[in-house]
Amino acid sequence: MDLDYTPEEIAFRDEVRAFVQANLPHEVSRKVIEHKRLSKEDYLVWQKALHRKGWAAPHWPVEYGGCGWNSVQCHILEEESALAGAPRIIAFGLYMVGPVIYTFGTPWQKEHYLPKILSSEDWWCQGYSEPGSGSDLASLKTKAVRDGDHYIVNGQKTWTTLAQYADMMFCLVRTSSEGKKQEGISFLLIDMRSPGVEVRPIITLDGEHEVNEVWLQDVKVPVENLVGEEGRGWTYAKFLLSNERTGIAGVARSKRELAYLKAIAAKEVAGGKPLIENPRFRDKITRVEIDLMALEITVLRVLAADRQGKPLGPEASILKIKGTEIQQALTELEMEAVGPYALPHLPAQWSDHWLGERVGPEYAAPLAAQYFNYRKVSIYGGSNEIQRNIIAQQVLGL
Amino acid sequence: MDFEFTEEQRMLQEAIGKFLEKNYTFEMRREIVGSRVGYSPTVWEGMAELGLLGLPVSQDAGGFGGGGVETMIVMEALGRHLSVEPYLGSVVMAASCIATVGTPDQQSYLLPKIMDGSLRLACAFGEPGSRYDLDHVETTARQDGGFWVIDGAKSVVMHGAVADLLIVSARTSGATKDRDGISLFFVNPGEEGVGGREYPTYDGMRAAEITFENVQVSSDSLIGVADKALPVIELVADRAIAGLCAEAVGAMTALNAATLEYLKTRQQFGVPIGRFQALQHRMVDMLMHAEQARSMALLAAVRVDDKDTTERRRAVSAAKELIGRAGRVIGQEAIQLHGGMGMTDELAVGHYVKRLAAIDTAFGDSDHHLDRFVAAETTPDEPILAKPRSKWKKI
Repeated sequence: MDLDYTPEEIAFRDEVRAFVQANLPHEVSRKVIEHKRLSKEDYLVWQKALHRKGWAAPHWPVEYGGCGWNSVQCHILEEESALAGAPRIIAFGLYMVGPVIYTFGTPWQKEHYLPKILSSEDWWCQGYSEPGSGSDLASLKTKAVRDGDHYIVNGQKTWTTLAQYADMMFCLVRTSSEGKKQEGISFLLIDMRSPGVEVRPIITLDGEHEVNEVWLQDVKVPVENLVGEEGRGWTYAKFLLSNERTGIAGVARSKRELAYLKAIAAKEVAGGKPLIENPRFRDKITRVEIDLMALEITVLRVLAADRQGKPLGPEASILKIKGTEIQQALTELEMEAVGPYALPHLPAQWSDHWLGERVGPEYAAPLAAQYFNYRKVSIYGGSNEIQRNIIAQQVLGL
Repeated sequence: MDFEFTEEQRMLQEAIGKFLEKNYTFEMRREIVGSRVGYSPTVWEGMAELGLLGLPVSQDAGGFGGGGVETMIVMEALGRHLSVEPYLGSVVMAASCIATVGTPDQQSYLLPKIMDGSLRLACAFGEPGSRYDLDHVETTARQDGGFWVIDGAKSVVMHGAVADLLIVSARTSGATKDRDGISLFFVNPGEEGVGGREYPTYDGMRAAEITFENVQVSSDSLIGVADKALPVIELVADRAIAGLCAEAVGAMTALNAATLEYLKTRQQFGVPIGRFQALQHRMVDMLMHAEQARSMALLAAVRVDDKDTTERRRAVSAAKELIGRAGRVIGQEAIQLHGGMGMTDELAVGHYVKRLAAIDTAFGDSDHHLDRFVAAETTPDEPILAKPRSKWKKI
């Protein structure tokens, strides 16, 4: 029983840490730490740096350009990146569709798409949710009809994260309405530049443009962009979910946020004393801190099991629920910490280029927007209620 | 990083598990709780035979040579079976205390007797006015010739009345709340001037209020260094807390298993009640609390042996805080999901719930350990807030 890294793991961590320090641009990490708005370039500069090092896809097999690392090594890279304030990796290509393509794709698909996922040349988005299909995803209606060498796709996707930047979308479409609803679903790769694809912004309650509607009208998709077999898309979508990583818990990011929260609470003054010395506020911080300590050990337990070849199963749902509860609690406390200066709504100040006079402390400006934005984390990727259903059925056998 | 038990630890886990399976069913426990002494001399003998009573004693001294992890293994099993045996006080605390700071004479005289089961000890640290503060010691010990003379009172001493020997904290100098000036003594409860009143606690155990009036003990009754016992008391209490955390995890595991079984078998409206989503989600939350609690019990078990006392304190207090909260949620929900049956004395459910509540109170509840965790705060290496930029161009 040993909760600490082995000497080899520590040496590996030091190597990763040195790489992150040398290659993560300071202005990007400041923006991440301070919750400022990130540009497409900010994400890409980090993903490309990882790619140059050969670390873009640590978990992929070596034959497809990955590192073939074990789960602890992947965890160390994620942890060091997040602690240093690296932008999150946009998961759609590297973590979601990539493994589906190298597992079920044709030789052409592997050759054509995988290198551009690794290099971040293609930005991918996920075409899953529809206006009528949220938690009940298999009820999706977007239709693909075979017409010679093409599918003609009609329908509407929604909540499509950062589709405004996307070159490609992996998309669940209905190719048959016979039999069980899961059986008529296929997995298509759609070029976002195709005629008939229209991206319409959805502005969220924080005032930001992060998600979109994607309208598909008579979009021609070449048949060679069908992944695997027609009608087996649900299986691939489930495989994609089973690839869930312990990163879903967001422990390292939350550790960074906790440090940031404490720093703010030490600066803010309440009743003539630093806010962090106010017992009521201090207790709230500390309970989250202890929950986070526990979650970190829970993640390490899962990693250790994974290293022994036990894949991460429905337990991932526990990590998702606890992880997002902690993330939300931290954003809530950060907003609370700045008191009335959470109130000014000056989105221009969330940019690093703002040189005007600020209202309130610099760190206060984005915190309310962040709090509102983070309400999403218990909804996306399978709402926390759906996660509880998964645990009830698959772990508890209810 | 390694979460596997060693071969020896696995054997220990199997041995205690099998032993309790056979000798500590819920019905047997009920009899033990109702017996005159409130523990089972037979079980105690069996534990001695298995070598469990020498768990924290070094192998050189004939013990098992176990640390936090071995204690965790045994305590979790005891928790699953709702043991009322005086294991925590006698072995996890007293034996480990003697093994850590006892003189060679004390060790060679006492440890073999503890290990063969003939000597049971209890630790009397708490006082009527101390609540959970180990440094609050009003009981005094003054030197008088070749003796120490002890005066004062100790409260809620677990298994105090069945102990053959007490370990008592007493003030040898300084004021009530001083960290310095506390010492530890062996006191024979049969000594003149020792008074006591035994009573049952709500979790099926026994405790005692013990008074000391001009109690004379010999000079070799001092344990460790005079005036300097507080760090030892804190270490022993932390070992107890880590053990209690593991015990709680054992109880939570058993309670969750019983509740899940009930959800699958109890029928209402023509279906097992576990089919109802409102109940499923509550059961899932119980599972998540238990998993988080297990993680913290592991952390406490590993860090309790840490030489760095700040690390030890932070881990142990964080564990106790979280496990107090988790135990309360799991206990309350287990009763709720069992409906009226959860309210009965007949089912084990209520007994687990009571034990979890008692564990929260032992050596400091969640609030107490939240404070202690904060007091052990470490400062970050690098400041995370950006320095304010000096000049702003006005636009």
